[in-house]
Amino acid sequence: MVKYCELFYSFFKIGAFTIGGGYAMIPLMEQELVDRRGWMRREEFLDQLALSQSMPGVLAVNMATGCGYRLRGFSGALAAIVGNIVMPILFIIALAMLFRHFRGNALVEHFFMGVRPAVVALIAAPVFRLAKSASISWSTCWIPLLATLLIWLFDISPILVILAAVVGGFVYGRLKK
Amino acid sequence: MVFLQLFWSFLKIGVFTFGGGYAMIALIQSEVTVNHHWLTPQEFTDILAVSQMTPGPVGINTATYTGYTAVLNAGYEPWLAILGALLASAAVILLPVALMLLAVIFLQRTKGNKDIDNIFALLRKVVVGLIAAAALQLLTADSFGQPALSLQFVLSVALFAAVFVLSLRRVSPILLIVASGLVGIIAYSFA
Repeated sequence: MVKYCELFYSFFKIGAFTIGGGYAMIPLMEQELVDRRGWMRREEFLDQLALSQSMPGVLAVNMATGCGYRLRGFSGALAAIVGNIVMPILFIIALAMLFRHFRGNALVEHFFMGVRPAVVALIAAPVFRLAKSASISWSTCWIPLLATLLIWLFDISPILVILAAVVGGFVYGRLKK
Repeated sequence: MVFLQLFWSFLKIGVFTFGGGYAMIALIQSEVTVNHHWLTPQEFTDILAVSQMTPGPVGINTATYTGYTAVLNAGYEPWLAILGALLASAAVILLPVALMLLAVIFLQRTKGNKDIDNIFALLRKVVVGLIAAAALQLLTADSFGQPALSLQFVLSVALFAAVFVLSLRRVSPILLIVASGLVGIIAYSFA
C-alpha cells in the first residue's frame, strides 16, 4: 500500500519545482507516478488525465485529487492536494509581501512595463492554438466569437456564458437525435 | 465583508473554470476588477506575470496572490492579507475537488454519456472565446502606455507582437516574460 508521506512527497516535488502551470506538470506526474514509483499503469494515468481535464477547476489539483484517491482513498487525495499546492502558496505569499516594498523601485517598475504587453500576448496566443483542438471550423467560429463579444463589449459575466454553453450543448445534442 | 465576498467569488471561479488556468483568467478578471474593484487592471496584469513565472499551478498562484492583494487593498493588516490568500486558494479548489471525488467514484456511469459529450464539445469552443475576451480586456492604456506613438506605446506593441509570434512557436513563457522585463529595464532606464 502506498504511504501517505510518499504520496505527499511525490506531489510536493511536482508542485514546488514546476513552472508554467498544470500542463507543464503532466509529463512530470506521468514520470513520477507511472515510471518511477510504478503506482499506476499508463492507461490509468491517461484516464485520470481525461477526467481531470473535463472537470472544472485547476488541472493540477484535479490530477492530485484523482490520483491520490485512487492510490489511498480520501486521505490520499488530501495528502496529494496539500503536497501539490503548499509550496506554491507559501512562495506567492512571500513574494507578494516582498513586492509591496519594491513597488516604487524604478527598475522593478520598468521590468513590469516591459512584461505587461508580453503577458497579454501570452494570453492571446493560446486562443489560436486551442481553436484547433476545440475543432472550431468556419461554420462554428461564431460560437467563440459570440462568447468573446458578450464578455468584452457587453460585460456579460463569463459564468453566464459557461452556463449557456452547458444548456446549449445538452439541448443541441437532444434535438440532433 | 471582503473575506466572505472573496470566498464566494473564488468558489464561483473554481467551479466555472473549464479548460485550465487561461480560462480561469477571464473569470478572475471579471470578479476582481469588474464586479468588486479589488484590483486595478494593471495590478491584475502584474499578478498574472508573477503567477506564470513562479512554480505551481497558475490557477492556485493567481488565487493566492489576488486574495492577498485584495485584502491589503481593502485596508487590512498584512497578516489578515495572508488569511485572504489562503482563503482564496482554498475556495478555488473546494468545489472542483468535491466534484472530482464524486466523478472518480462514479467514473463508469459518466463514461460515454452522450449528453456529457455534447456539453463538452460546446464548452471547449466557448472557452476559446473566454480566453480571447480576457486578452482583449487587458489591452488597456495602463499596460501599453499613452499617448499613441510615445516610446512606451511603440515598444509595448513591438513586445506584444514578438511575444505573440514566439509563443505560437512554443518558446517558453517564462523565458518570454523575463526577456520582456529585461527589454523594459534597458529601454526605460536609459531612455
